[in-house]
Amino acid sequence: MNRLALLILALTLAAPAFAVQPDEILPDPALETRAREISKDLRCLVCRNESIDDSNAQLARDLRLLVRERLVEGDSDAEVMAFVVDRYGEYVLLNPTTGGANLILWIAGPAMLAAGLGTAALYLRRRRSAPEPQPALSESERARLTEILKD
Amino acid sequence: MIVELGHFALVLALAVALVQSVAPLVGAQKRWAGWMAVAEPAAMAQLLLVGFAFAALTWAFVTSDFSVRLVVLNSHTLKPMIYKISGVWGNHEGSLLLWVLILALFGACAAAFGQNLPPTLKARVLAVQGMIGAAFLAFLLYTSNPFLRVGEPPFDGQDLNPLLQDPGLAFHPPFLYLGYVGLSMAFSFAVAALIEGRVDAAWGRWVRPWTLAAWVFLTIGIALGSWWAYYELGWGGFWFWDPVENASFMPWLIAAALLHSAIVVEKREALKSWTILLAILAFGFSLIGTFIVRSGVITSVHAFANDPERGVFILLILAVFMGGALTLFAARASAMEAKGVFSTVSRESGLVLNNVLLTVACFVVFIGTIWPLVAELLWGRKLSVGAPFFNAAFTPFVVAIAAVLPLGALLPWKRAQAGRAMRPLWGALALSVALGALAFAMQTGRSALGPVGLALGAWLVFGALIDLWGRTGRGTALGRLARIGRLPRADWGRGTAHAGLGVTIFAIAGITAWQQEDIRVMREGESFMLGRYQITLKGVREVEGPNFRATTADFRVTRGGQQVAMLHPEKRVYPVAAMPTTEAAIDYGLTRDLYLVIGDPQDGGGYAVRSYIKPFANWIWGGTLLMALGGTLSLTDRRYRIAAGARRAPAAAVPAE
Repeated sequence: MNRLALLILALTLAAPAFAVQPDEILPDPALETRAREISKDLRCLVCRNESIDDSNAQLARDLRLLVRERLVEGDSDAEVMAFVVDRYGEYVLLNPTTGGANLILWIAGPAMLAAGLGTAALYLRRRRSAPEPQPALSESERARLTEILKD
Repeated sequence: MIVELGHFALVLALAVALVQSVAPLVGAQKRWAGWMAVAEPAAMAQLLLVGFAFAALTWAFVTSDFSVRLVVLNSHTLKPMIYKISGVWGNHEGSLLLWVLILALFGACAAAFGQNLPPTLKARVLAVQGMIGAAFLAFLLYTSNPFLRVGEPPFDGQDLNPLLQDPGLAFHPPFLYLGYVGLSMAFSFAVAALIEGRVDAAWGRWVRPWTLAAWVFLTIGIALGSWWAYYELGWGGFWFWDPVENASFMPWLIAAALLHSAIVVEKREALKSWTILLAILAFGFSLIGTFIVRSGVITSVHAFANDPERGVFILLILAVFMGGALTLFAARASAMEAKGVFSTVSRESGLVLNNVLLTVACFVVFIGTIWPLVAELLWGRKLSVGAPFFNAAFTPFVVAIAAVLPLGALLPWKRAQAGRAMRPLWGALALSVALGALAFAMQTGRSALGPVGLALGAWLVFGALIDLWGRTGRGTALGRLARIGRLPRADWGRGTAHAGLGVTIFAIAGITAWQQEDIRVMREGESFMLGRYQITLKGVREVEGPNFRATTADFRVTRGGQQVAMLHPEKRVYPVAAMPTTEAAIDYGLTRDLYLVIGDPQDGGGYAVRSYIKPFANWIWGGTLLMALGGTLSLTDRRYRIAAGARRAPAAAVPAE
């Protein structure tokens, strides 16, 4: 592709430079705050791991407007979420639901912590009562070790 | 010609690495001194050869040799010199070459500074290092050769991604790789110890500096990346729980656990097999990180190579090294008889708790990162796991670690009484809670995040101070003050790093809880109030840069009639790469950053303007710097300088770069 074509491409590509545009903001600050909070939990579908609140893409803007539209209509936060998920699937949720197999995801942390603490407690109990074992090092090795560890 | 020589050097390096991974291993097994001695010159030769290859590629970039494919794809004659150089590693092939170079560097350092190691251990460490080198050199040569030529060289290149043309990002990858690859040393030591069949205090002492160095580099690398995101991406976010960020964060968490558990091995000869396992896992997470970044399996903002073939190759490397090491671990771990006996309340137990919390926190990040992949493979569910999940699942661990850390650091070895260790800390606790309560009273109707963050941060900082003060022993305050400067650097390192963690926790909570934002349309000459600052748009002009065009706005910020700053945010277009970027203008301050971004011209005239007050933003990176500084202080402790080779006292075991 030659440079002129690239230049033209660059000019047409100059997409909106940042996420929430001034013209999207709702006059009611309470509703706007709710819209922002909801936006943070919704994924921009054409971006990589960005919420629609952070994204510059046109699709994210459409979704932001949709969320605000629903809020103005009087939907609750949960209803707005349900509305969007109905249309775009659960892929749109940055905060995964706890339904079905996702339960594993949410429980994994606490479960691992419990298992870790349990294992640690067992280990500590054993350590407390274990007899001091005989040194496995030979005399010369021990001398060398003390040499190294001296300071 | 130079390019071909570079290619040839890489092939030679692969041959050397293969010899290095076999000969010393056989030699160590058979006790053949000659074969073991191959390791040292081989490691040096590898460094020289890979170093030459890297220099050759850099030469191609600096001279804009557009007959090299990689240079065409990632460079441009108009690009400033520093970005021509950083362009060498601003792409998959070049960054992999940098990775291999750093691997060779660590291998050579181990060869040079390892005089104190028993010869068989040293030979085995270098052999394992050679194997990793061979695997990655083969990966580089077979799937991602950086030295490919093009048939018809174009007149000019296609430029580096403009987002990467930035000083913060120029140095972000080298530091990250120093960290990732540094963990390969811990891995090599662990595998070598498993082959030897013994781990003792001396092993703990040898492995710790490498881990510490890797951790310091990772800390700096992650901080640079996050700082870059803060000022470059245009809305002042600093951490997104993106898969690639997680890829660097997981080894950081494991390395943090490892450098604590290595202390227990060194001082008390306990937790041996656990420490070996951590050393293996730490490098495993580095490899997983490499896989995530370079395979494109998990989509993310900055994955730069979406190539299944490469993904399979890395997965193969991962499977061979982790599979091999873990099998060896399963076979040999029982031979690592623990020695130290200690009671349930002791510093050992404190460090065990630290390890449990850090590893489980890492596990949480890990499962969140791979969950979309798992859910799609097993149940065909396409779902996302984003920042809200990680914030909810990870934060409790940070709170828990911060809550127990000051007490744990004060517990004596072997046998302790919690009540007695807590005695000097009550004041700090009361003061921290009071500070948190004060913050809660001063703010109106917001979440408890800020106050809790402040209380935890203060608790960590005061705890670190009391820890240091307590080290000075008894006597008059003056005498103790005199002694505090002469404390071992390891003590200073611990205090500094722990205080740094406190500062970072406080800053993250503060910026999240107390940020102020404003989005509006402004015409030239208009002004508005943001907090106590008056912001006026003086004018907007077009500016021509070396390889971009910019729309620059001139803002005047005043407070009570006094000018605070002139700020010039920009919107740039890089014609060659066909990409617009935003350059936020930031007035950095001790207690707050003023953050201004200029947007598009609006239909009815005027420009979209976004402005923020970001409280305590700099403290985030200040805290991470303190952590890195603490690690460095610890690394230069006398016991490592001596143990690392008495003849080179000032050089220490640190790779000085």
